[in-house]
Amino acid sequence: MTAYTATVTVRLKRGVLDPEAETTQRALERLGFELEDLRSADRFEVDLDAESATAAEERADDMAERLLANPTIHDYEVEVTER
Amino acid sequence: MTVAVIQFGGSNCDRDSVRALAHLGIDAERVWYEDGLPADATGVMLPGGFSYGDYLRAGVMAARTPILEDVRAAASEGVPVLGVCNGAQIGCEAGLTPGAFTINESARFQCERVHVRVENADTPWTRAYDEGDVLDLPIAHGEGRFEASDETYDRLVDEERILLRYCDADGVVTDDANPNGSRGNVAGVLGDRETVAVMMPHPERATLPDLDGTDGAGLLRGFEAALAEV
Repeated sequence: MTAYTATVTVRLKRGVLDPEAETTQRALERLGFELEDLRSADRFEVDLDAESATAAEERADDMAERLLANPTIHDYEVEVTER
Repeated sequence: MTVAVIQFGGSNCDRDSVRALAHLGIDAERVWYEDGLPADATGVMLPGGFSYGDYLRAGVMAARTPILEDVRAAASEGVPVLGVCNGAQIGCEAGLTPGAFTINESARFQCERVHVRVENADTPWTRAYDEGDVLDLPIAHGEGRFEASDETYDRLVDEERILLRYCDADGVVTDDANPNGSRGNVAGVLGDRETVAVMMPHPERATLPDLDGTDGAGLLRGFEAALAEV
């Protein structure tokens, strides 16, 4: 078994309104920053032991499918690194 | 008949729901989620509140508890299931109903009265009304914006599964009357069966005559209507 960290990034699908990001953008602009756009995402760092990087990725995929992301509004990606 | 009003950690409309149902002569009792769904439950209500602090997404933690497996099984056998507010979020997260309720367009919690139009009066939940009736109901939510893919939304429209839409006092569906940015002003939808419904407005807060208005009573009577049709 090898120790991995699976990083799961969950973000809103393109076109789905993100009111928190819009509020954050307005706050940055109020502070005098210049920016074009801002998107937010949730990042989960999952430490796990698995037989291979592929097995670790599959397990993290399953976590995203079953809990971390909502397929109606979210896309997600998984990145696995050795820890 | 006994409607099981399921109480999760952080539910806060469970007592109100039991009281409103009792007022209508519908037997109801609170059921702690760890105790499982009673085998003789003739209805299930998923009440409002903030189950598990809305961690991750509103409703998702409750949607992954074992009692929701019981609820899914009961729903597939025709037992009426109604999710209100946090219960609606739980219903969508559990896949009992399509779409998702997510963060309001305003990014704020909104506690106000709204008007909703009955879109389909041919369901147990809306049998007490006529199509086009305008109901005056309270909302209280931060994550009530209905979202669905184009495909899902079109299917809901085609299959007449949109129950309620936010509208003005005259029953006209407008952007101004949409409190949270919901797609198509949708306030409530049906599941695969018409005996399963979720909605963001609170019918149990508009049922007792000593509160402000009783427009929600007919929606709760859906528990009786659903069983009468079995």
